[in-house]
Amino acid sequence: MAEFTLPKNSKIQPGKHHPAKDAKKPRTFKIYRWSPDDGQNPRMDTFEVDMASCGPMVLDALLKIKNEIDSTLTLRRSCREGICGSCAMNIDGTNTLACTKAIDDCKGGEVSIYPLPHMPVVKDLVPDLTHFYAQFASIKPWLRTQSPAPSDAERLQSPEDRKKLDGLYECILCACCSTSCPSYWWNGDKYLGPAILLQAYRWIADSRDEDTGERLDDLEDPFKLYRCHTIMNCARTCPKGLNPAKAIAEIKKLIVERRSA
Amino acid sequence: MSDLRNPLQRARGLGSAKSGVGHWWMQRMTAVALVVLSIWFVLTLLSMLHADFATAHAMLAKPWNAVLMIAFTTSMFWHAQLGLQVVIEDYVHTRWLEVSLMVLVKLLAVLFALACALAVLRVALAG
Repeated sequence: MAEFTLPKNSKIQPGKHHPAKDAKKPRTFKIYRWSPDDGQNPRMDTFEVDMASCGPMVLDALLKIKNEIDSTLTLRRSCREGICGSCAMNIDGTNTLACTKAIDDCKGGEVSIYPLPHMPVVKDLVPDLTHFYAQFASIKPWLRTQSPAPSDAERLQSPEDRKKLDGLYECILCACCSTSCPSYWWNGDKYLGPAILLQAYRWIADSRDEDTGERLDDLEDPFKLYRCHTIMNCARTCPKGLNPAKAIAEIKKLIVERRSA
Repeated sequence: MSDLRNPLQRARGLGSAKSGVGHWWMQRMTAVALVVLSIWFVLTLLSMLHADFATAHAMLAKPWNAVLMIAFTTSMFWHAQLGLQVVIEDYVHTRWLEVSLMVLVKLLAVLFALACALAVLRVALAG
């Protein structure tokens, strides 16, 4: 059965409290902590951070905590401008990028921060995305052609056809959408999830790709594609404002289009 | 951790079933049919408010009413069976239980649909 409660060794315990001394503008962050090394259950640590000496984004606060309060706090981050997708995590109840989420936009007094939901945790805020990346590889996300490449030019694309990739090419594979999707939680072993399906549609929609039929063949499966029940969490949570649910609907439409009604 | 398989092997799994669109399409077809048939069903019921048994019996015995009634019950059980299949696939991951429930739901749906059709036919053909 699908698991609706956490296993015993994953139950979250109260953690340490790190008060801020003489803070002018204190803000409280509750952060999920788990280490594979100490055999302890996960815990929620409370950090008070002085906003007077902190940058505006959640990532700024996380790095300030790591630099000044607890250097063992573990997270992924790289570009700090919403293009690498490394710092995807669950902030204030929503999957998003820590680097583009303003602390002021978090509701309530405490800002809660968890790793992406329903993923194995490597440490603290770092989820194991091995299967997610393998699923991406499984759709063969590159231009697949039958015709030989033009000898002296690129494969050309009209501006109209290029426009069809808008809203698709921007995806940075941060996994916010897939890990917000209940269908991906319960059946992520087989269901490809919104991010990978949006990426699959990015190649189906590409006028230069000549493997459209094979791509649709590979997706037409009760679990790989049809676990999408248009719950729409993907579109609500996407930090880039994309709509994976629409891309999935387009794939379903194309699969209907090539058969007789 | 002790799994030595490449992650891609697990992601590719048993490959695509190359089916699923039939289920998806029928779920929508039966849904559209049920929109129309449900409206007819409710209107028919409303028209028989306070009617006695003989009036209701005669109403259902009319050929078009009998046909629409059988269409309504059949598409309802068909649609319910398709929907329950999705629920079972989503949440029940113990394989033997999943298959048993699926078979049970399908057999019961067929049984109920046949029972409804027979009931209507007996009224309609009773003369």
